[in-house]
Amino acid sequence: MCNGAVHRLELQQRLLSRNDQDAARNRRQFQRLGLQVVNLLSAPGSGKTSLLEQLARRWPRPPIGVIVGDLATDHDATRLRQAGARSVQICTGDRCHLDAVLVERALAQLDAAALDLLVIENVGNLVCPTAFDLGEQRRVAVLAVTEGEDKPLKYPALFATADAVLINKSDLADAVGFDRAAAHHNLRAVAPRAPVFEVSARQGESLTAWMQWLEQPHGLGP
Amino acid sequence: MHELALIQELCALAQAAAEQQGATRITQLWLQVGDRCGVDADALRLAFAVVQEQHCWRQTHLNLELVPTQCRCHRCQQPYRPEDVVALCPHCGGLECDRLTGQELTLMAVEVA
Repeated sequence: MCNGAVHRLELQQRLLSRNDQDAARNRRQFQRLGLQVVNLLSAPGSGKTSLLEQLARRWPRPPIGVIVGDLATDHDATRLRQAGARSVQICTGDRCHLDAVLVERALAQLDAAALDLLVIENVGNLVCPTAFDLGEQRRVAVLAVTEGEDKPLKYPALFATADAVLINKSDLADAVGFDRAAAHHNLRAVAPRAPVFEVSARQGESLTAWMQWLEQPHGLGP
Repeated sequence: MHELALIQELCALAQAAAEQQGATRITQLWLQVGDRCGVDADALRLAFAVVQEQHCWRQTHLNLELVPTQCRCHRCQQPYRPEDVVALCPHCGGLECDRLTGQELTLMAVEVA
């Protein structure tokens, strides 16, 4: 190799293979702990934290765990703690997404053995987090009615990988002229298998159907 | 802009492979990019240009091989190329499908010296 000859090495290595390995390690750890883990994704401001505050108050076996990613501040983790969740903040600095190693480190700061539900509130971003497996069993995408019913068509990758979709701020739907039928049609087009739940973080009882979905154990089998 | 993180990962994988072979220079990289992998090819090129400001990558050429999406319809089992983000089957109108290609983000090969 030191003789200056050019040499082609065939690799066929997925660019995210290291993250995939880290995610697989997280997934095994979640299984050992009997922990249901959801990766919650949306644009900034669609109400992820408010939804999780309600979920923390209403979950039948509290507390829930939340790992929350933001570029800066621990505001969200503090809000979630005040709602009764056990929360860890990840400040990603300039990074636009969480990766599996960041989640692994945050998990070590949670007393996860006492939990049965962990939600990873990803950095508000509809593009970058999609590519990074964190080891979660299920992904949930959030669309607020204020974002418009065509968001799933504009950002299909995120919605196409979701196992369920929440339409949040549904109490504002009429006020902002949100076309429900068009939204459901668009979601069905990009995510035909994902159940869709209309919720409002301001009306806690609207979370009931989604909570029943969360209660169904998933991916923890032998 | 997760493309920069991905390019850094690309460089780490290539460097590890080169070192294993005792090579001192990486002259070319071949990266497969599916059109539904969530990454923009131009942003990848831009991110690689940033990395190339470092001396050791200045002479390395990045080849991007773009891979179009191919689906197979769940209902009629026919393969097809979807026309847009909605993977509507042109044969039977089905929406549910398996994605055969289009999700690639794979370092296929490196050329070292």
